[in-house]
Amino acid sequence: MKQNTIKIYLAIAILTLAYCSKKVTSRTDNIPALNPASIDITAGTWKTILLKRPDTFAVASPLLVTNVNYVAELNEIKGLQKNLSKEQDENIKYWAAGGVLRWNEIMRELVAKYNLPPYQNPDGTYPIPSSANPFAYPLFPFANPPYAARAYAYITAAQYDALVACWYYKKLYNRPAPYITDVNIVAKLPSTTLPSYPSEAAVLAGVTAEMMKLLFPTEIGAIQLKAQAHEDAAIMSGSATRSDIAAGESLGRQIAQAFIARARTDNAGKAVGTPADWANFETSTAAKGEIPWISQDNPKRPGMLPLFGKVIPFLFDTATTRALVPPPPPLTSSDQMKKETEEVYSYTNNPTLENKQLVLFWGDGVGTYTPPGHWNAIAAEDFISKNLSEVKWARNLALLNMSLMDAGIVCWNTKYTYYNPRPSQLNPAIKTLTGLPNFPSFISGHSTFSGAASTILGYLNPERAAAYTQMAADASKSRLVGGLHYRSDCEIGIKVGNSVGQFAVDRAKLDGAN
Amino acid sequence: MNILKSFKQLLIVTSMLFSFISSFAQTDQDAIMMNKNLFCTGLIYSNSSWNKYWEGTNLRDNLNIGTISTNQISVMGNYGIKDNLNILFNAPFISNKASMGVLHSASGIQDFSAWVKWMPIEKSLKKGTFSLYLLGGASIPMTDYIVDYLPLSIGLKSSTVSGRLLLDYQLGRFFVTGSETYTIRGNTKLERNSYYTTSLFLTNEVSMPNVNTISLRTGYRSSALIAEAIITDMKTLGGFDITKNNMPFPSNRMNATTIAANIKYEIQKVSGLALVGGASHVIAGRNVGQSTGFYGGFFYILDFSKKKEKKTTSDNSSTQNK
Repeated sequence: MKQNTIKIYLAIAILTLAYCSKKVTSRTDNIPALNPASIDITAGTWKTILLKRPDTFAVASPLLVTNVNYVAELNEIKGLQKNLSKEQDENIKYWAAGGVLRWNEIMRELVAKYNLPPYQNPDGTYPIPSSANPFAYPLFPFANPPYAARAYAYITAAQYDALVACWYYKKLYNRPAPYITDVNIVAKLPSTTLPSYPSEAAVLAGVTAEMMKLLFPTEIGAIQLKAQAHEDAAIMSGSATRSDIAAGESLGRQIAQAFIARARTDNAGKAVGTPADWANFETSTAAKGEIPWISQDNPKRPGMLPLFGKVIPFLFDTATTRALVPPPPPLTSSDQMKKETEEVYSYTNNPTLENKQLVLFWGDGVGTYTPPGHWNAIAAEDFISKNLSEVKWARNLALLNMSLMDAGIVCWNTKYTYYNPRPSQLNPAIKTLTGLPNFPSFISGHSTFSGAASTILGYLNPERAAAYTQMAADASKSRLVGGLHYRSDCEIGIKVGNSVGQFAVDRAKLDGAN
Repeated sequence: MNILKSFKQLLIVTSMLFSFISSFAQTDQDAIMMNKNLFCTGLIYSNSSWNKYWEGTNLRDNLNIGTISTNQISVMGNYGIKDNLNILFNAPFISNKASMGVLHSASGIQDFSAWVKWMPIEKSLKKGTFSLYLLGGASIPMTDYIVDYLPLSIGLKSSTVSGRLLLDYQLGRFFVTGSETYTIRGNTKLERNSYYTTSLFLTNEVSMPNVNTISLRTGYRSSALIAEAIITDMKTLGGFDITKNNMPFPSNRMNATTIAANIKYEIQKVSGLALVGGASHVIAGRNVGQSTGFYGGFFYILDFSKKKEKKTTSDNSSTQNK
């Protein structure tokens, strides 16, 4: 009897676990279709980032909606809509959540995939990823935080300029969406009065695919398939015809070229530095009487992108970069530094569960989408409920990511100006609660990124401003209690980040989008 | 009563991966039952370590962690509900540390596991005895330990249920035991809210692939001594490989083939007390450490079938339990 009861319980337990679905759902898997509160019809007048004018790249006027060739395009949609497969329906639903959002998620996925430090050579040196030979190990790129911040910034800035141009032509040519022109075409997305020529989906697909050639060259094929899927979704949903798509993709790809040209000359290509540069940081710091940073990787690895601080920022010039670099940290031999090192030790000697969880929540280390990616996730998930137009989405994420990239530049400039050792270098008894990044301590990258992001996001979404400030404080604190940074690194990092973020706020106030 | 026959043998599976998938195979892996109303309890200490691991299928070292060593203390128990129906449990404390690099150690109480063990068939076959066992088990994390900290995490923090078929044939003092175990693993939760496996997930929840384990053991089994050799092949049914120079992840495809030797000896002077010990080594694997382990401990049997007089501290607990 007892035996039978046990057996029955056991059977129930096994069946429950076996049948209760193990499938994991992402937070944005089943979000509703984007339904903008405003179509922002005047967005063609918003201030662009690199483009001199919204019509720098010409888009030919479209055929009249009565033209037989256009009617044929409408027929194409009707034919497709008659026989949509389950996959095609799902594709429409996926992209309906918003093209800027989905491309942002794809970017974050690529960053996470490529955020892997190269494995050492047999002689203890490290190979450097090469954009000229991206498929050879180590794969290009190593999407570390500075690389990622810059990639996010270029792509979202290019998307923004491309959509401003797109909106300019939409208003100029004012071709109605297929589902408005032809009552037999079903609007599978929330229907709006936004003109369809050129297609914003195709502009996004084109500009993003083109930027990716530069930033993630081994993924061009996979990205092209996604661009195709995005455009297919636009046609099958009744939002765009073949000519809307062709004009949009061409415009997007042309505008990308302006950003690619900038990227090729923004000094990022030289950010790795040379062995002479690496040695010079150490000797010049020692010459000042300070203990220089030493890599705690084994074998010792050159510091990450030591010349990234010289990259040309988006929101200000390089003279301003230097002006934003804070005064030096406490001298390595000072009582203050000793006190701060002891504080770090006190947190890590016997860490609390709460602190361990905080450190891992904000860790954003190897194999993740990095701290800039984390802030993109925070922003994107907040914007979902805001019913923004695609162009407003792009504007907000461009402002965020230009802040993050420029925060990275100032932060890296600071790190390699002072070349300050990590707490675990000054006191080897300090053990870290997550991976130790391979670059100097002062100032904290997490803090600088977070200070910048919370400032611009607080402006863009004021009702969450206090929450963003708290998140930035948490991210910053996680680096102190995790044993990675001194208090000075974190507190000054947040302040420097706030200053960088303010440049984005100043731009946002005047870009015409409010 | 044959006390020894009631004892368990242990198999170290510290072999497994990065230390967590725990411990000795409990006493749920052998073909021995406790008689009705007997409670066998024991304390086991084990140590295992590795300085090489399989990154996917590539065996490598890592100078940023050096040697990962695991120390573990487990409390185990086995109670005879009937002569052919037992329940068993195991509760481990685990401590992991790296010999090189800057990563902090991790330690804590890991997962509680329990098994029901039923022997529906035991009969003479040729000159020996054939028996068949069916086991059902479950495990659940006992504490809120950190999971997203491999290879130093003490566990994967996944609740599991398992089913096992075990066959045993004993001829004189020699035996052979074979078993197959299927383990369904529940989702685990990371401390972060996004992660990349082979695609990006925006959630803290991780789907854990199930595990199948086949084990074969053979050796000498008498009333005073058990000595056996074991080979165990654990396969994770799904999951992905650690990419080059990446961190390990809970849902990696962790496979391990482990060889082990166990010995158990009953102290003749103290009725009910036995010493156990053994060693194990992972000879092949995927996304796991190439670990070598040792263990030692003791078991003691408490008789709940009648009122008794004598003995040690463990008797106190037995009276309480009554």
